[in-house]
This record gives sequence, structure tokens and C-alpha cells, in this order.
Amino acid sequence: MNGIPYFPGCSLKDTASEFENSAFFVMEKLGLPLIELERWNCCGTVYSLTADDLMHHIASVRNFIRTREMGADELVALCSMCYNTLARVARRVDSDGEARDKINAFMDREIDYDGGIKVRHLLDVLRDRIGWERIADAATRPLDGLNVACYYGCTLVRPKDVSVDDSENPTVMADAFDAVGASVVEFPFATECCGTYQVVDRPDLSLERSYRVLRSAARAGADVVATACPLCQHNLERALDKLGEHDGIENLAIAYFTEPLAAALGMESDKLPEGLRSVLESRVTVEGDA
Amino acid sequence: MPRTKTVSTVNLCARVEELSGENVFACYQCGMCSAGCPLTEEMDRLPSQVIRGLQLDDPTLLDSNAMWVCASCLACEVRCPKGVDLAKLMEALRQIMLRNALDNVSIDELTRDQIRELPQIALVANLRKKTG
Repeated sequence: MNGIPYFPGCSLKDTASEFENSAFFVMEKLGLPLIELERWNCCGTVYSLTADDLMHHIASVRNFIRTREMGADELVALCSMCYNTLARVARRVDSDGEARDKINAFMDREIDYDGGIKVRHLLDVLRDRIGWERIADAATRPLDGLNVACYYGCTLVRPKDVSVDDSENPTVMADAFDAVGASVVEFPFATECCGTYQVVDRPDLSLERSYRVLRSAARAGADVVATACPLCQHNLERALDKLGEHDGIENLAIAYFTEPLAAALGMESDKLPEGLRSVLESRVTVEGDA
Repeated sequence: MPRTKTVSTVNLCARVEELSGENVFACYQCGMCSAGCPLTEEMDRLPSQVIRGLQLDDPTLLDSNAMWVCASCLACEVRCPKGVDLAKLMEALRQIMLRNALDNVSIDELTRDQIRELPQIALVANLRKKTG
């Protein structure tokens, strides 16, 4: 297979289409294109934490069966909530044969899932499959002068057994930006919760959390806050929209991590979101701009 | 009306242990979970107090808002020195309410504009956590 099987999930086809577009661009440039999983369905969105709730793992397992049907043994997600749910279900059914048998028995119109699918996040594919040197070599428009705050949030790095990196001090996103010439700013809210789905019935709570993330990034000198989750992105954008005039956060751009990477790898600036584009134009020193 | 009037609190700790698969009595009340929790100021009990309540089979625990404020961010889970997964305990408490048909959120109370503005990832995640 010339490429890697890719699980989109709901947001990547709707509110986060720019995440998908920029990731497609990056992976094409790096020679490992994303191949969309055929007949994929919702991952389940959140991982069920009660021991007896196998029903909600079925959605993820169906996607593993689709992956097997493609003849593959790995599946890459971009959305970090999808990644977390898929990766935790994969671990559960791999380590708990009884649960796997029950799920297989329930899905009587599917082939049995025998376990073993490796769920990856695009960040670990970039690190472990592509490597920072190749990414650096592919950066035709390095991001010199751009200050990036890498916001990991929760589901990329917790719990430890599915974390893409160290849970307390992850560097994988920073290493990607380092490879393409950006300056990475340290900020203490990199793995703090944005308020997540509480935005539905507790929008105040979510706003407060997201605002603190942005303020922390701004005080650390960031131009861009890079995210890996459509829900983090939504909550941070909402905080910028509602509280943007406070404390100098108004100059921040919030972007999926693949968007500045795509810019560094040559994506035309008119395909980038306006906020990121204007930050890139004002911050990045470009030689021989296209 | 306090919700405990409609949900049995008999053997609460044992039921939570069964649902979560966690050992509540491994906790020695160091407070690390409460120290790192990003949402304690919205809670009427600290996360460590929720575990203490379970250890004591406190019948008022189901009236606390802590389980609904908990967002399963797992900051507590990665830091607990005794390996207690507090997020699973919170989920078990939510599930006890939800399995008694006591939803915490009603989609009927959201306006059309609210629903239009919210991405589906937020709506689905919220309803997965707060409705049965």
C-alpha cells in the first residue's frame, strides 16, 4: 500500500476540513499519502470508562474491521479525540479476550475482529515513520521568526498507555515545528484541559479554561497556538472571539498543527485560514516568496 | 429535590468499584488529584473528597456536582501515586445516575442557534457523558 490508512471522523469532514486538507498536503509532500478508510463510521467520540460498557466500543471495532478489510494493520487519526478513543478500544480488546469475544458475538454481520490493529496519531507517524530530518529537508518555506505554542490538551497525552509522548512534558509537536524552522515557546498550559464538551451545557466553564490557555500562550510570546483537536480548536477560537480584546490575546492565531506545517512545505497562502496567513505574513522572513 | 431520594445509595462504594474496576481503598488522601484538577473551583467537593466519600459510603455523594463538572481530562489519572483512576470513579457515579434515567443535560433545552454553533464533536461527546 502506497500510503497509510486514515480515519477521518466527523469533524474532519465538516468543521475541521482545513485540518484534513492541510494534513493531506503535508503527507503528499512527505511521500506517505493518507488513504481514507473505506466505509468508516464514528469512533464513539469518547472512550467509555465503565468496565461493563462494551456496547460503545463497537463503533471503534467496526473501524478496525474496515482496516483489516483494506489489508492493513495500522490506522492513523488526526483528531486527537478520535485517536484516544480508537487507541483505548484497541488496547481494551487486545488485552481482554472475553470482551473481544462478546463484541464479535454481538456483531453477527461482521467478520470477527482478531485484534492487533495499531492506532497511530499523525504526530507519531511524522516522528517515527517520516523523521524530523526528512521534514526539515521538505520545508521549502521555513517558518523562521514564527513563535508557536504547541497545545496538546488532554487526549493526545493521557492516559499514559496511549500517549503519543511523555504525558507531562510532551515534545513531539514542538519537534515538528523545530524541524521546519519555527521557534517553539514553552507555556505551562500546554497539556491543560480546554473545557472540552462542557461547552455545550457549561459554556462559561469552557470559556474560562480556554481563555487561560490562550493567555498563557500569549504571555509566553506565541504568535500561533497549534492544536490537534477540533474541539480544542473550537473552544480556543470561541475564547478568542469572545475575549479577544483582553490581555493581548487578540494577536494570536489558532491553527491545526498541520496548517503551519503545510505552509512550511509550500502550501499556497490563499489556502490557509486568514488569521494564520496574516501572522505568517507579518512574522515569517521569506526568501523569494512565491 | 435531592436526587438521592430517587436513586438507591445502598452499597454505593461497592457498586462504583464494580462499575469502574478500581480499588477505592487504595487512595490514601494525598490530594494530588485535587491539586492538579483544572475544574475544582466549579465543584462543590474536591475530587479527593469524592473518593473519601466513597470510602465512607457517603449517601449524599450523588447530590454533588463534581461528577458532572469532571471532564475526564485525566490530569488526576496520570498523577495519582497509588494508580487510582479517578476519572473511572466519576464515570461510575455518572452511570449510576444515568442508568436510573436521570440525565444531566437535555438537548431540548438547547436553542437552535446554540446547536448550530456547536461542532458535532462537542454535542456527541457531551450527550455521551451526560445522558443515558
